[in-house]
This record gives sequence, C-alpha cells and structure tokens, in this order.
Amino acid sequence: MDSGNIAWVLISTALVLFMTPGLAFFYGGMVRSKNFLAMLMQNYFAMGLLAVLWVLFGASIAFGNLGDGGWFGGFDFAGFQDITINSKQFAAFTGGIPDPLFLAFQMTFAIITPALITGATADRLKFAGYAVLIGVWLLVVYSPVAHWAFGGGWIAEMGAFDFAGGLVVHINAGAAALAVLLVIGARKGHGKEPMAPHALPWTLLGTGILWFGWIGFNAGSALAANAIAAQALLNTIIAPAAAMLGWLLVEKLKGKHVTTLGAASGAVAGMVAITPCAGFVGTGPSLIIGFLAGIICYLALFIKEAAKLDDALDVIAVHLVGGIFGSIALGLFADSAVNEIIPDGLFLGGGSDLLVDQIVAVAAVFAFALVATYIIAKAIDMTIGLRVDEETEDIGLDQALHAETAYNNL
Amino acid sequence: MKKITAVVKPFRVDEVKEALKGAGVAGMTVSEVQGFGRQAGHTEVYRGAEYTVDFVPKVKFEVIVDDAEVQGIVDAIVTSAKTGKIGDGKIWVTSVDELIRIRTGELGTDAI
Repeated sequence: MDSGNIAWVLISTALVLFMTPGLAFFYGGMVRSKNFLAMLMQNYFAMGLLAVLWVLFGASIAFGNLGDGGWFGGFDFAGFQDITINSKQFAAFTGGIPDPLFLAFQMTFAIITPALITGATADRLKFAGYAVLIGVWLLVVYSPVAHWAFGGGWIAEMGAFDFAGGLVVHINAGAAALAVLLVIGARKGHGKEPMAPHALPWTLLGTGILWFGWIGFNAGSALAANAIAAQALLNTIIAPAAAMLGWLLVEKLKGKHVTTLGAASGAVAGMVAITPCAGFVGTGPSLIIGFLAGIICYLALFIKEAAKLDDALDVIAVHLVGGIFGSIALGLFADSAVNEIIPDGLFLGGGSDLLVDQIVAVAAVFAFALVATYIIAKAIDMTIGLRVDEETEDIGLDQALHAETAYNNL
Repeated sequence: MKKITAVVKPFRVDEVKEALKGAGVAGMTVSEVQGFGRQAGHTEVYRGAEYTVDFVPKVKFEVIVDDAEVQGIVDAIVTSAKTGKIGDGKIWVTSVDELIRIRTGELGTDAI
C-alpha cells in the first residue's frame, strides 16, 4: 500500500464532505430569510441520512460486481459486509487504497449529489417527503448510475468516461431536480412577489467552501497522489476562474453591473463543467471549457422562463447544463497524454468515437434520472405528500417545520 | 411640548446626532425604517432577473422638546441632514399632550 495515495484520499474525503455544508450556505444565502434554516437543514440532514444509507445499501449497489459492465451492483456488500481494513474487494480498481477508505470517499459524493436537488425545490418541500425522496433516490437512482460510470458498469464498458461526476453527480442531480419540479410546481407567489436572495455573503462564503472542497472532489478522484491528481487540481482552480470571467462578461454585456452572485455562480458553473474532465484534459482546454461554461450556464438561465419552471436557485442552468456541457466537452478535449486510460478526443485527433459515447452516456443518465425521479417524486406526493400547504409556505419553513428562526432580533 | 420626527438618509445619522446634541436636546430615539417618497425605490439584479425594491432604508429620529426650542432644532436637523439630492427626507412637528419620566414620575417639561 502506498501511504502517499492513502493520505491524499483521506484528505480528499474530508474535503468533499465539507462541500455539503458549503452547498448549504451557497443555497441558504439565496433563499428568503424565513426559509434559511430549512435549506441548511435539508443539506445537513443529507449528511445524516445518506451516510447511513450508503453503509447499509448504497455502496453495495454502486460498487458491488465491480467492472461487470452492468446496471446494478447488488447487495453483496450491504452493511459493509466483507469490507474490512484488510479486505481487497476493490484493490484492482483503486490502486490499493483500503476498501473502507474508497467507500468513505465515494460516500461523500453520495451525500452531496441528492443535496444538489434542494436548490431547485427551495422553500416548499415537506420535511418527511424530502427525507423519503433523497433516501429512495440515493438507492434507486444515484447508486445504480454510480455503478454504470464509476463502478465499471455499462457506461464505462461502452467507453464513455466521467472523471469525477459530470454524469453521476451533476446531470443525475440536475435531471432529478427537473423531475421534482414537474411534480411540485412553483413557489407560492412565484413571478408576482419579489424573492430576492436574503443574504448573499453566505452564498459567497459557500462558494469558497465549495471551491476548496472541489479540489478533493476532482483531484481526489485520481485515487492517488500522482501527476493526474496534480493536473486535476490545477484544472479545478483555473476552469472555475475562467468560468467566473465568462459569466461576468455576459452579465456586463447584457446589463450594467457585474454582480457578486454572478461571480459565485460563474465559478460554480466552471467547477461543474470541469468535473467530468478534470484528470483527462490539459491546461489550455481547461481554460476554454471553463470560460465557455460560464457563458453557456448564464445563457441557460432562460430555460426556466421558457419552460415556466420555478427552478428557484438554478440547478438546471448550473448543474444540468454545466454537467452536460462538461461531459460532451470531454469528447472534444480528452488528452491521452494527460491520462493514458482515455483515448484522444475529437480536437486532439482521436476521431468522434469518444464524443459519441459521451453523448450516449449523457442522454442515458438524463433520461433515466428524469423518469425514475419523476416516478419516485409523484409516488411520494400522492402518499405522504412532498409539498407543504400554503399556510406553511407563507409562514416560512423555518418556523413552521422546525420551530426555529435564523435571525432573532429582540 | 412638541415631538420632532425626522426621517433622514442613513449616512447622515452621525451628523444629525451631533447637531441635535449641539442644539441642546437631552435625549433622542432612533430607529431604522424603510419607506419611499419622491426618491422612490431602486432596481436590483440577481442572475439577470430584475427586482424592484420600493422601500428605501432611512433612519428616523424622534425628540421631544420645549415649544421654544423647536425652530432651532429643526434648523439644526435641516442643516445636518441636507445633501441637496433627492431623498434627503422630511421633518414633522406634532404636539405632545403629556410626558412622564418613568423613574421619577416627573411630568411635562420637567420630564424632557
């Protein structure tokens, strides 16, 4: 066992775990003050519920039957059965980091991915409905899709790649957010009452925490302290930087001001887009992917207007569109000189094979997540209910659901 | 006795406070308030979506003074709060029927 590799994945696990609180504050600053704690609670609760479900079933569904080219990992490792500090269930795949560490690292991805949905559904989910939604979603949608791409399932066997979660995390969560929106509808007063962010400093702080943690997300996905991790780390800094510039440029051209929320949103769009590419592309392409992601994700804000969807905090524009763009861009910019396991992309003379595989994978994950999540959300809505009543929405979820308020004056 | 109420721009608060102390007022009550007059509101932009904010933040001063001091204090507020730009605020003067100092029970001008 290489202690350098182990040390880096240990650190990366902590970094990625810290992203979920970062996401909580990134989102929390954007909601109205009466729903601030409820947003934080949805994200922190994801850490509680999903860590436990990951140990019980999720990890096995995602990483059982490793490399089978299939759809479902099964239940062989349910409850971390046969996973010990000495077991070698994943050694051939992970380069020999301990099995519990590999599954702990992956657990932090399984926690933040369902939590991404909360940005779209802000201010109106019932707590019990939300809890069932993310729990079922983890096992029925996230873990199988993780198996397809991360666990050597059919997407990996087909020849599509996803370095750290363009497909598994961002398209998956983005399509799920779209499906849940179709079930629950808009916030009360959407389009009539102003719903401006209540405290953007929280959002900017959250952005910083996300960026910091994303180093572990992407560079940690090398599962080794090596040159690929180094390139992934560099890309995770420069692509969001370029994306921030792209977003602010369009913002300035379309309006009069460059905004703090624009800087934060652009950076996150860049983090999303570089995620599938991080350890597969070089420095120049990383700048291009980031810059374009900033522009494309800004322009994608119009989708929710056109589709009349109340995607409260723009999960579709940032995560779904950013994830699709990054996953497809990999088919253009993949560089076998950066990482020998991937063929060159179209722009590096590798032909269109990878690009086609990437598009097929994007379409498959999008379609599966959309349909499966819609069925789950609809079933919850028709039984225990997924959305609060109007009075609760008026009062605010903090007071009505949690008997607390974020800011106490007097 | 009169109550003088002044709604002023937040960044003039220190100047108005010092002017009131200079004019001899014994105490004052200050609150952060929101509202609009001719200045109206402003527009904020979040991710390309424009929001009209009607209510502008202001600070409200309330002082209770003897009738004879009203003009001097009003002048002090006008001088200290004025920027000459729209939104400088307003001052109004109302009659006070009774005033009681809670600690001692003093009444009327003795309680000022």
